[in-house]
Amino acid sequence: MLELRNVSKTVGAETHIDAVDLTLEHGSLNVLLGPTLSGKTTLMRIMAGLERPTSGSVWFDGADVTGIAPQRRNVAMVHQQFINYPSMSVYENIASPLRLAGLDRKTIDAKVRKAADLMKLTPMLDRLPLNLSGGQQQRTALARAIVKDAALVLLDEPLANLDYKLREELRAELPRIFAEAGSIFVYATTEPSEALLLGGNTATLSQGRVTQFGPTIEVFRRPNDLLTAQTFADPPLNTILLDKKGNRFLLDGGVGLPVPVEATSAPDGSYTIGFQPHHLSLAPAGPDAVGVTARVTITEITGSESFVHLAYGDAAWVMLTPGIHTFEVDETIEVFIDPRHLMVFDPAGRAVHSPPLAA
Amino acid sequence: MEKTWNNKAWFLVLPVLLLVGFSAVIPLMTVVNYSVQDTFGNNVFFWSGLTWFEQVLHSRRFHEALLRNLAFSFTILAIQIPLGIFIALNMPRKGIGVPICLVLMALPLLIPWNVVGTIWQVFGRVDIGLLGRTLAAMGINYNYATDPVAAWVTVIVMDVWHWTSLVVLLCYAGLVSIPDAYYQAAKIDGASRWSVFRYIQLPKMHRVLLIAVLLRFMDSFMIYTEPFVVTGGGPGSTTTFLSIDLVKMAIGQFDLGPAAAMSIIYFLIILLLSWVFYTVMTNYDSGR
Amino acid sequence: MAKIDLSHIKHSYLPYPSRDEDFALKEVDHSWEDGGAYALLGPSGCGKTTLLNIISGLLNPSHGSILFDGHDVTHLSTQERNIAQVFQFPVIYDTMTVYDNLAFPLRNRGVPEADVDRSVRTILEMIDLSDWAKRKARRLTADQKQKISLGRGLVRSDVNAILFDEPLTVIDPHMKWLLRSQLKQLHRQFGYTMVYVTHDQTEALTFADTVVVMYEGEIVQIGKPDELFERPSHTFVGYFIGSPGMNVMPIELDGANARIGSATVALPGGANVGAGKTIELGVRPEYVRIGREGLPVAIRKVEDIGRHKIVRAELEGVELAAIVGENEDIPADPRIRFEPKGINLYADSWRVELGA
Repeated sequence: MLELRNVSKTVGAETHIDAVDLTLEHGSLNVLLGPTLSGKTTLMRIMAGLERPTSGSVWFDGADVTGIAPQRRNVAMVHQQFINYPSMSVYENIASPLRLAGLDRKTIDAKVRKAADLMKLTPMLDRLPLNLSGGQQQRTALARAIVKDAALVLLDEPLANLDYKLREELRAELPRIFAEAGSIFVYATTEPSEALLLGGNTATLSQGRVTQFGPTIEVFRRPNDLLTAQTFADPPLNTILLDKKGNRFLLDGGVGLPVPVEATSAPDGSYTIGFQPHHLSLAPAGPDAVGVTARVTITEITGSESFVHLAYGDAAWVMLTPGIHTFEVDETIEVFIDPRHLMVFDPAGRAVHSPPLAA
Repeated sequence: MEKTWNNKAWFLVLPVLLLVGFSAVIPLMTVVNYSVQDTFGNNVFFWSGLTWFEQVLHSRRFHEALLRNLAFSFTILAIQIPLGIFIALNMPRKGIGVPICLVLMALPLLIPWNVVGTIWQVFGRVDIGLLGRTLAAMGINYNYATDPVAAWVTVIVMDVWHWTSLVVLLCYAGLVSIPDAYYQAAKIDGASRWSVFRYIQLPKMHRVLLIAVLLRFMDSFMIYTEPFVVTGGGPGSTTTFLSIDLVKMAIGQFDLGPAAAMSIIYFLIILLLSWVFYTVMTNYDSGR
Repeated sequence: MAKIDLSHIKHSYLPYPSRDEDFALKEVDHSWEDGGAYALLGPSGCGKTTLLNIISGLLNPSHGSILFDGHDVTHLSTQERNIAQVFQFPVIYDTMTVYDNLAFPLRNRGVPEADVDRSVRTILEMIDLSDWAKRKARRLTADQKQKISLGRGLVRSDVNAILFDEPLTVIDPHMKWLLRSQLKQLHRQFGYTMVYVTHDQTEALTFADTVVVMYEGEIVQIGKPDELFERPSHTFVGYFIGSPGMNVMPIELDGANARIGSATVALPGGANVGAGKTIELGVRPEYVRIGREGLPVAIRKVEDIGRHKIVRAELEGVELAAIVGENEDIPADPRIRFEPKGINLYADSWRVELGA
């Protein structure tokens, strides 16, 4: 079990990590999700022992490891760039951490072959990394990280430099590989869709702060605050500031959006409403759906679906709707909001209501 | 950035500190010791304070040698830096030409100082040297042993021949690290050859240029062997640089006190000028 | 803006190419309409960047010629072709200010300073860097630097075409959304001819009116986003577009029926396929329905990815992916069925039209 207790890191006047508490269990996959410069890499470097926190402590299996060098921590790290020893074969690359650990030849061979098999590298064991495709090079780096049975494996955007399709394939395989290895895995990414595909737990980061930590799908569906909801949304979350009066949020032209039952007791006032692009639709999705008139700014087609960018007052929304639609720019259309999926945030950004987990 | 923090690591530095102490600090202190004492021989020394320093600082001989040093260093910098950049820009980036050029460039750097001196000493001789005879045949009055101008030209050409390669290699390393996309973008932006140099190549080279200037300055300011071998500091004292003067004083005349004071002053000047160079260039860097 | 014709273009990086494999780009014969928004989509090494560099003039093709509005430009330099290109990684002039970076392509062409100022200010507004105009470009973040690169590509209004080489690689997802739709709006507004190279299907499909899918140096399909999605002409297109990609199952054809192991699927029509070819059925996960009717399957895994679930199932030993809506349930005794309009038939990887 890895624990970060009130960990902060400041460099000069800049705060890179701001009072982070995090507990990661053995055999778990933990995604650090946040934009560039939100502190993902720094947090990983602190976990690895490459960097010392300015305050707070790092505990591993009940022992304080703050200040212990990474060499003595049993950690492995995989980076965005494909880092392998260029002059060694794939086999030797994977074997290198085991040789350093002084294992005997037979054990090394068995472990290397098992890791290579898991990473589908068996046919390439005798080749040099630079003669492999990007995906295979990164598999080699991953195999090297996994082979030494490190207690903690840190992956810093490991798929970012790969082609979209390769990324998709490797991403589908990773949870299985992680489950077999049984270490604590920490996986940094900027992409919400990647976090969702990996599953496990997710910690959303914003400006060095962990805004929420929990099972991935729960953080996605029931964010604690607006910042988390916005960090964990791709396409961007649709939001609008509305006045609540009794059990209605007031929209343009006196239309009322029903307030979710759990939030009706909240005091009247202005609230930020958030909803996902696929919860806007061209036809009412349920009996409570409310239609509003919005202006089309652009339409994008993804093959089977369309992204319709809309302007509603000052708000810019995206609707993700099945089928191919070619609206004219500046055309006004009626779109429907499904109140069952609304997120409601108070003026401080705290969630007053989130849609139920099993929608 | 902090790496690891383990106080035991300091023990690893200890041998180096001891070695530096033994090889640098102790001899330096010996020199300091000499510089503040006087002797009439028989190993009897007495305190003389800062007399030697005053004497050296006020001597015309020292001023002239210092000026010669400065003139020499700035001349060779003014030649070697632009020439080095120019050659580096025109070297091939790929193909068989690369290793050939690199080996050719590295050759002069592999030759010891005194050998370089000897080569040019012979090369430039009017009686048997290829260069000297050719120039004489062309009707040019060239004799580095008697003509101060010829002596200076010889020493400078020799240094340029010996050390421009270093600048070339450093600049080349800077140039090859520029991704192709920059050149392609410049083509598309319609940039002229000069703009490419001014806005892409020079900014990307400027870190290595800083190193090149510093190295070449320090090294040229301490020049000794080559002029000593070729001209012996002459004709007259026209190529007597500080280092040559220092050796003359210490070994030729056995004036240990003034020589010690002079070497300390010499050392401080180099330190000061290097610091000035470094600060100016790094400030320029961060200021832009 | 101009119409661009690629006439029998081939390219090899080898000096004496002889075999087909020696060519990084096999024969391409294609026209880019004036004012069109095109995407070149394919995995690394498929030749898409080679093709882009041939259009921009950074590379001379080994065979064939390029025409801009009917004029042969094959041997003209990049400058003479008057095109703009944006690269994968930000290319900025470190020592210049943001403003000067944007003005650079215009000043190099001797545009009067008043016009330069007007164009640069418009672009600054568009890429949202007006407040940074006087700052040195090198202190910016990767996002901002790439916006400057994009801006430099867009600043000249008279270019024949604007080429993009995976321009959003270094951009964070949120910013990607903004920039992508901005590019599309610009295209609508000014009618530039745009060619956009990417390995990311979402970028390609959303940006372009016409997508060109490349694979191993060849164009395998050119079509509108929905055509590529509904009727992939090659199994590679089916696999490469869509996430997850199309399910491709080896079958035996029996008139208008397909046999997958012991299961039988009725096809919307029969097809005439020559003997000895490998026959496959292609159905996108979006057209695989899981319910109480159809062929029995074993469910291996369900991935909840937020707006829908991906179900990994096994039918007669063949792995299948199916997409199930956010609110849909999977019955205890799951069976699958293929929507007839989503069924495609492939012979030796190429699509065969099904007769009614």
